[in-house]
Amino acid sequence: MSMISEAKRPISRWIVAIVWIGAIIWLIPIVGAFVTSLRTMDDLNTNGFWAIPREFTLGNYTEAWTRAGISRYLLNSFIITLPALAFMLFFSSMCAYALVRFRFRLSKFLYFLFIGGMLLPFQILMIPVFRLSNDLNIYDTYWALILFHTAFQLGFCTFVLRNFMRTIPTSLFESAVIDGANEWTIYRRIGLPLVVPALAALATLEFTWVFNDYLWALVLVNRDELKPVTTGLSTLLGQYINNWPLIVAGSLLATIPTLVVFFALQRYFIGGLTMGATKG
Amino acid sequence: MRHRPWVPWAFLAAPLLMYSVWVIYPTLSTFYLSFTDWDGFSDLKDANFIGFENYYELFVWDDTFRKAILNNLKWILVFITIPTSLGLALALALNQSIRFDRFLKVSYYLPMVLSFVVIGLIWSWIYHPAAGLINGTLESILTLLKAIGLPVNPESARSIGWLADEDLAIWAIIAAAGWRQVGYVMILYLAGLKTLDPQILDAAKVDGAESWSLFRSVIFPLLAPITTIVVVISIIDSLRSFDMVWVMTRGGPYHSSEVLANFMYLEAFNNYNMGYAAAIGVILFLISIFFIGIYIWRIVKEEEAQGA
Repeated sequence: MSMISEAKRPISRWIVAIVWIGAIIWLIPIVGAFVTSLRTMDDLNTNGFWAIPREFTLGNYTEAWTRAGISRYLLNSFIITLPALAFMLFFSSMCAYALVRFRFRLSKFLYFLFIGGMLLPFQILMIPVFRLSNDLNIYDTYWALILFHTAFQLGFCTFVLRNFMRTIPTSLFESAVIDGANEWTIYRRIGLPLVVPALAALATLEFTWVFNDYLWALVLVNRDELKPVTTGLSTLLGQYINNWPLIVAGSLLATIPTLVVFFALQRYFIGGLTMGATKG
Repeated sequence: MRHRPWVPWAFLAAPLLMYSVWVIYPTLSTFYLSFTDWDGFSDLKDANFIGFENYYELFVWDDTFRKAILNNLKWILVFITIPTSLGLALALALNQSIRFDRFLKVSYYLPMVLSFVVIGLIWSWIYHPAAGLINGTLESILTLLKAIGLPVNPESARSIGWLADEDLAIWAIIAAAGWRQVGYVMILYLAGLKTLDPQILDAAKVDGAESWSLFRSVIFPLLAPITTIVVVISIIDSLRSFDMVWVMTRGGPYHSSEVLANFMYLEAFNNYNMGYAAAIGVILFLISIFFIGIYIWRIVKEEEAQGA
């Protein structure tokens, strides 16, 4: 039926043209970066960007991957991101369960505390968190980042999961109580399985966010062999001064994991983003 | 629902402990540190309690602080106008049936998947005077003009230092950040449009004045809840800006592209004025708490409406 109304009122050709031109402009930085990563700096400097290069090289990629250490940095990013992801989803699902399932004083207050935290410009935490990591003897270890990300992302995850869990009919929980199940069992058998879609969305989104973190890696990790790919990349900037094709090649390599996650789980990614904004 | 009073706290204990240690306590601690002259090395107990001196210094004497606040303000003003309206326009266009709409949507929100560091690096290349995309394009255009006989010098395109010019640097960074933001806003509005009655949107497909007035008087008001969220998120994102500034200019040249978060980092970890940096953090907090308040207020209102 919508076919008919669409046929009656086709979208203006002008709009279609503008949207297409815009999309092409939007892709230029990425496509341009890719083309640049296949060239050499000498070639770029003398001939400029629009010259047709005489040859393409994968040398920047092999150099970035091996000698510049992108492979090692990427591994570190996974070592930091995956445990943080597991912890934050586990803890925030418990929080969300408590906030939805029980009526108790402070429950609204805690909910707002989590929302407040998720919106905080997190830079204001950097000095105390730096001090704390020193006091806990975890400064310059993976744990400094894993624990911080887990704690900070609890705000957003709890917010999203709580709103999702609220849509579960209470009768589902009640019937489990009548069957004699304890709360831990109800959480595990009913609460968790029903929020799996939300957990998947959060996992996709949080993977990207934690993987892409820069500030905390800068503040909490110093040793080169522990650096995630974000701070690793910025050391390339000093190491390969003005070798832009190599730096751009490194940047594109650094993006592959998040790109893979994004394209494989696009639906969840978008779902997670909008869950935070349109519900609540 | 009856339950033993400790049951919810059994679920909350571990996460709340973490949240208190890494988020709540540091927030409060930043306030405390801002009243001291702690240097980051010595024992905090040996630092002097200096009252509001850091704040006095910031507001009365510090030119860099003024530049940083001004740049954050520019960032906010650009973010709540240009990417927001572009994102809304794209959402309205792509919410209709266009062929290859998936491809088009992905083109616009692909930048969101890249880290700020990668965006900063890619745009540093784009802005590079000799090898970059923008000056390279200008140079090619000038070469063409020269070829048809105009008195221009193509080499002159290379003299524009987008990130090295005091007047241009901050705008160049904001433009790069805006490139990422448009797709984000588009996604939020697309989700908002899904909640509207399709018939209203269908009616708006006509071209011209009728459709514009329908948008202004019906669709835009219906999208108000999303617009509030988009504006608050844009402001918070502007206040959070750090990575791109740090990667692209470190706040330079001469602090001309400084933003509060970057200035705070510099004072804390380059100059070891931890107390002073904490005072900058407190100001950042006080600015943002206002907008966080608006966000929470929205949510309270929405839940009341749902509960009623």
